[in-house]
Amino acid sequence: MTDIATSAALKPPARPLGQWIFDVLLWGGIAIVLALSFGPAEIEKFPRLFSGSDNMREFGRAFINPDFDLLPFFISQMWLTIQMAMWGTALAVFIAVPLGLLGARNIAPPAIQWPVRRVMDILRSVPDLVIGMVFVVAVGLGPFAGVMALALNTGGVLGKLFSEAVESIDKGPVEGVRATGAHKLQEIAWGVVPQVAPLWTSYALYRFESNSRAATILGLIGAGGIGQILFDSLNSFNYSRVAAIALVIVVAVTLIDILSQAIRSRLI
Amino acid sequence: MSRNPYAADATDADDAVVRFDDVSMRYGRAPETLRDLTFSLPQGSFHFVTGPSGAGKTSLLKLIYLAAQPSKGLLHLFGQNVAQAPLDVRPFLRRRIGVVFQEFRLLDHMSAFDNAAVPLRIAGAKPDSYRQDVAELLTWVGLKDRMHALPPTLAGGEKQRLAIARAVVGRPDILLADEPTGNVDHEMGLRILRLFLELNRLGTTVLIATHDQDLVARSGKPILHLEDGRLVHMGPVPQGFGG
Ligand SMILES: Nc1ncnc2c1ncn2[C@@H]1O[C@H](COP(=O)(O)OP(=O)(O)OP(=O)(O)O)[C@@H](O)[C@H]1O
Ligand SMILES: [Mg+2]
Repeated sequence: MTDIATSAALKPPARPLGQWIFDVLLWGGIAIVLALSFGPAEIEKFPRLFSGSDNMREFGRAFINPDFDLLPFFISQMWLTIQMAMWGTALAVFIAVPLGLLGARNIAPPAIQWPVRRVMDILRSVPDLVIGMVFVVAVGLGPFAGVMALALNTGGVLGKLFSEAVESIDKGPVEGVRATGAHKLQEIAWGVVPQVAPLWTSYALYRFESNSRAATILGLIGAGGIGQILFDSLNSFNYSRVAAIALVIVVAVTLIDILSQAIRSRLI
Repeated sequence: MSRNPYAADATDADDAVVRFDDVSMRYGRAPETLRDLTFSLPQGSFHFVTGPSGAGKTSLLKLIYLAAQPSKGLLHLFGQNVAQAPLDVRPFLRRRIGVVFQEFRLLDHMSAFDNAAVPLRIAGAKPDSYRQDVAELLTWVGLKDRMHALPPTLAGGEKQRLAIARAVVGRPDILLADEPTGNVDHEMGLRILRLFLELNRLGTTVLIATHDQDLVARSGKPILHLEDGRLVHMGPVPQGFGG
């Protein structure tokens, strides 16, 4: 008696047949796509990770003996990368503030909001590496191309986040300011911006953290900084140097994360 | 500072500062919240808006401070048809109207003093020109010691008095107040009523939405009584009304 009662209670509610068929098709489809991709993705090479290929062994040995001879140079290049991240993020905020306001449903009319949102979608969806390569061609090798790549991509990401922050504000203060006879810009400056400022700052800091990692990678396409030194060392098989550079990156990025998180936790 | 092109004079053809002609109002596609309202408020008059919760008191005030539009009928403010007022002159009309919101709507990031001064700063006044006046007004509403406090640290009644100070600081031609005595004790309620009566004596047209029968009775002022979005009575409080 109790047995039947409990088992009935434990049973999930019966699901409609349509739902069930959908699940089978979905998971079956995923399994088939994975199976077909096995060869092209060279998954059969997995055992090589462990079967003591010479490269792996050499790599491992060098990593235990990092070469810090050029440490001051690595640090200066790391600093250059961080400077790229700072400017990339700062320009991104500059782009994101107008986009974020004009893309918000409660501020801009649909006719403005819609195209602004599409612009942000495009900025966000193009990877910074791709934008970086375009800028390398346009303005030449060096940090500026990396800065622009970060600025545009992050501008799109922050614009979206800024918009969402604006859409979730309390409209009371804005209506209060409007009733005193404020113009649209005054409403925004007095009623909207003070409400979103802490969240906006927090988002910008968070993106600065991830941009300092992204700026490292941008070095690989010739945007300068520590990433480029890393890439050059890899190409010349100088794994001890690679190990030292990797350590510098890990330490720097960790420090930035800790600092930025400490600031963010005070904001909101 | 920008001169207010809609300041009292030329536009005030007749002496009704607010005139409703067969006005209805609805939120989106919902049924009409206010129906066929016709009345006018003469310059210098003092009325209460009464009626049960949900009758449309707040909605009526919203029409006057231009936060909502009639779905039907004509609304004149200061003799001007608001439907024909271009978007960029609406702020100037609003500057002649002081509003005390039911939920205050203060700016949490600025001090009580700065909140009270918002209408003056919006109108372009220099801080030096109003510092004294704002301080005096805040003292009068009992916020002398709280001038530098941020609104989130104020008690409900203090917020209410700050909201009232902000509404009256610019000497508006019309004062609208939504439940202005909802969060204060009896004593402060009377003080606030006296402030409104005093402003009214100086020429401000006053319209107060309230549930507070006692306040209405004490003032001896006429009422606009709403029920279910309709104006069912305008004039002195009827015998045995609301009792
Ligand atoms: N923003 C809104 N959107 C949709 N409906 C609304 C909105 N504001 C008010 N209403 C509806 O309009 C009607 C009138 O509301 P209103 O706030 O004007 O009443 P009220 O007389 O001020 O009530 P109270 O005494 O409780 O403040 C109510 O039925 C309410 O649900
Ligand atoms: Mg109300």
